[in-house]
Amino acid sequence: MKISTEELLHVARLARLRIDPQAADKLAGQVATILEYVDTLAQVDTEGVPPTAHAISVTNAFREDRLAGHLPPDQALANAPAREEDFFLVPKVIG
Amino acid sequence: MSLHTLTIAQARDLLKRREISSLELTRAVLDRITALEPAIQAFLTVTAEAALAEARQADAAIAQGRMAPLTGIPIAIKDVICTLGVRTTCGSRILERFVPPYDAFVMQRLKAQQAVMVGKLNMDEFAMGSTTEHSAFQVTRNPWNTACIPGGSSGGSAAAVAAEMCLASLGSDTGGSIRQPASHCGVVGLKPTYGRVSRYGLVAFASSLDQIGPLGKTVADCAEVMQAIAGHDPSDATSAPNAVPDYMAALNRGVQDLRIGIPKSYFESQGLDPQVAAAVRQAITTLERLGATIVDVALPHTDYGVAAYYVIAPCEASSNLARFDGVKYGLRDGGADELLDMYRATRSQGFGPEVQRRILLGTYALSAGYYDAYYRKASQVRTLIMRDFAAAFQKCDLIASPVTPTPATPIGAHADEPLAMYLSDMYTLSANLAGIPGISVPCGFSTDGLPIGLQLQAAHFQEERLLAAAQAFEQATDFHKRKPAL
Repeated sequence: MKISTEELLHVARLARLRIDPQAADKLAGQVATILEYVDTLAQVDTEGVPPTAHAISVTNAFREDRLAGHLPPDQALANAPAREEDFFLVPKVIG
Repeated sequence: MSLHTLTIAQARDLLKRREISSLELTRAVLDRITALEPAIQAFLTVTAEAALAEARQADAAIAQGRMAPLTGIPIAIKDVICTLGVRTTCGSRILERFVPPYDAFVMQRLKAQQAVMVGKLNMDEFAMGSTTEHSAFQVTRNPWNTACIPGGSSGGSAAAVAAEMCLASLGSDTGGSIRQPASHCGVVGLKPTYGRVSRYGLVAFASSLDQIGPLGKTVADCAEVMQAIAGHDPSDATSAPNAVPDYMAALNRGVQDLRIGIPKSYFESQGLDPQVAAAVRQAITTLERLGATIVDVALPHTDYGVAAYYVIAPCEASSNLARFDGVKYGLRDGGADELLDMYRATRSQGFGPEVQRRILLGTYALSAGYYDAYYRKASQVRTLIMRDFAAAFQKCDLIASPVTPTPATPIGAHADEPLAMYLSDMYTLSANLAGIPGISVPCGFSTDGLPIGLQLQAAHFQEERLLAAAQAFEQATDFHKRKPAL
């Protein structure tokens, strides 16, 4: 198979997802099926073809470096699951 | 007369002549929502009170002679577009209680015209899906047959227009998410050129592919909404500075001067339903009769479009959706006492299976050792797809094709078969990879009475040609006049 259950669980850790071990096999199978299909790309000769990240030619959209509208702290924090004063509150970062 | 059946153009005439008020029109639409929503389930939020207040303000403006093209017109918005003070969920548990502190650019534009927002529309979670079954909240039904999907991801946007629970709606299209549900629900849906409509306030799925566009009962109604939302926005760095043409003026240009390209390979693909092929071929014959010249074009890399797309879109999604971590907004799992655990618990609870699948795919494809084989390769194939279109548009002005290989499928048909669902995007997603505009316009019905759409695509910033050809086709046919029995 294109991706093993162990590899899938590793990728899940990278993606900050917790996969139920019981669902991991099925999920790995589904991802593998998609990756096998995606492998048809290998049939295309792309020698010397530049990659495209963006379909139109707008580049470097500069603007004046001026203070513009910004949210007051209470509005910016209104959706926060937890706050303390004007800060987002998170669980401890270093164990 | 039932006011909910009006087009924007008809409603505006009546409002202008003061034969109806926006309040009456809005009430009629809200009554329609109350009557049909239990069967259709297109809305995640109905903003009835705010809509009535906005309608009264619109009536006051009209009374003072201040009337813009969309003043007083009831419109509904896909729930991926931020609306100040109105919950915006993206069809996801992780944003179930998210109330944006600002309006998307397109909302600022609609409010400037005093359009009336009646609610927020259901969608596949974070716009990932082609059926609207991947909403965390409800399955929207196709108004033509409630056992079938409305398409997706803008399934709510298409179903609400088809069921006349709004006069027009906004959707978003990353791989076909406006055109495909428009086709399945028998309405008109326009995906603009990348950069034509600001993405400011559109919750990002795949930033190099996403584009907001209108869905309406007629081509003219889509043109009217497009006129309101198109234009440069300094808040979106990818917004195009090109002047916005007069789309309404372009509507009646006809197809006499247009060369319409037919990609033969699109009609030879295995999954194409014979009824869809027949309806689209008939539509091409109609366009020819109206004066268009039909030419053959080749899009040889189309076969690889689905594969390239399902690398690029999940890669961008895995990066974009990293922001949903339980810190600044949205759901947080309160059980974890350490940050990394909190991230994992929150995201695993908050995201549904399809979203998690795509995040995993994207993270895998971007991870050490795989980048060249997947993301780089897909981005090179994207260049080849763009070159195909550029070469084709040397020979033609528009490309005509099916929108989807089949009419709407029964609910549950693709459950647990993500690849089968992805393959149904084969005709639409290359437009997103190339950044070109496309439109779906009703062109027939299956023997089961399900709508079929014709897709027209054009070169960058050629929306006028799309609208002119779609309008000519619509005027010559009656498909848009048929309504679902509800």
